[in-house]
Amino acid sequence: MVLNNIEKLIEKYNNAETTLAEEAKLRDYFASDNVAPHLEHYIPMFTYFSQAQQEQYTKDVPLKPKRTKLYQWISVAAIIALMFSIFVPTWNNGPKTLADYTPEEQKMYLEAKAALALLSDKFNEGTASLNVLNTASENLNAGFETASYITEFSEATNKLLKN
Amino acid sequence: MKQADFVSLVMPFKDKVFRLAKRLLVSREEAEDATQEILLKLWKNKEKIENYNNVEAFSMTMTKNFCLDRLKSKQAQNLKIVHSNYTDNNSSLQKQVEAKDSVNWVSRIMEDLPEQQKIIVQLRDVEQYDYEEIAKMLDMNETAVRVNLSRARKTIREKLTNTHQHGIK
Repeated sequence: MVLNNIEKLIEKYNNAETTLAEEAKLRDYFASDNVAPHLEHYIPMFTYFSQAQQEQYTKDVPLKPKRTKLYQWISVAAIIALMFSIFVPTWNNGPKTLADYTPEEQKMYLEAKAALALLSDKFNEGTASLNVLNTASENLNAGFETASYITEFSEATNKLLKN
Repeated sequence: MKQADFVSLVMPFKDKVFRLAKRLLVSREEAEDATQEILLKLWKNKEKIENYNNVEAFSMTMTKNFCLDRLKSKQAQNLKIVHSNYTDNNSSLQKQVEAKDSVNWVSRIMEDLPEQQKIIVQLRDVEQYDYEEIAKMLDMNETAVRVNLSRARKTIREKLTNTHQHGIK
């Protein structure tokens, strides 16, 4: 009865008319131990199909995110931005006069100028008082010169004493 | 689509892609390369993938086309890799061992099938897709799929019967 059924199924199988469920039945039958001898040559076929199903793909696939390109462009943009920030200010630096500034800035400028002038005046006064030291050193030099006369005089007396 | 989403989408059928590639290209390395290529192609087009309703069927069609292209380019270069080529030099002892190992015989027999039949047997008997899906993947009608499958199964059976009964190839 069962065998008859299986033979029918095999007939259908060879004509490619079996459903997936029927094929599963056949697979189960040939995987079992009590296969009819005249059907034995089907065993390797079904065994092979179930074996082939076990094979797996084990290699890793390098899935790179797509962002790498974006990063490259960011660096290019950064370089361009840097170049602009370095060169652009020098372009706009035309000659400027006092009139180009606002009255407030002009006022500040003049105040600063006056303060600096006052400072330099005081400095000049300081250096003038230093001139006194210069005259003192001149007098000292004159003193040294008169002292050299004394050495000359003592040499002369030494000569006299030797004679 | 993030990488994790993509992996979980591809996970269920990446082995199927690999097995189909191996069925057609025979060599394991070739099949691994092909699978990687297919997965990378899918990854590159991940925005478009979301619009397909059956990514698995689409990938199987891609795999089939890719492998057939590979085979064609190999034949043109006269560089066909077929394992059974160099069995002629084997000793008779090895032949005996192989004859006993009849499960391997089935794979050898399948190597000799025409490509179309190889693909169909692989998709039906190994991966257990239904006829409608196979027809869609291969862009054929169902009757043609059945006819090809029937021919392939009969060829396998006959060759197996021969080896079983007489021990000849």
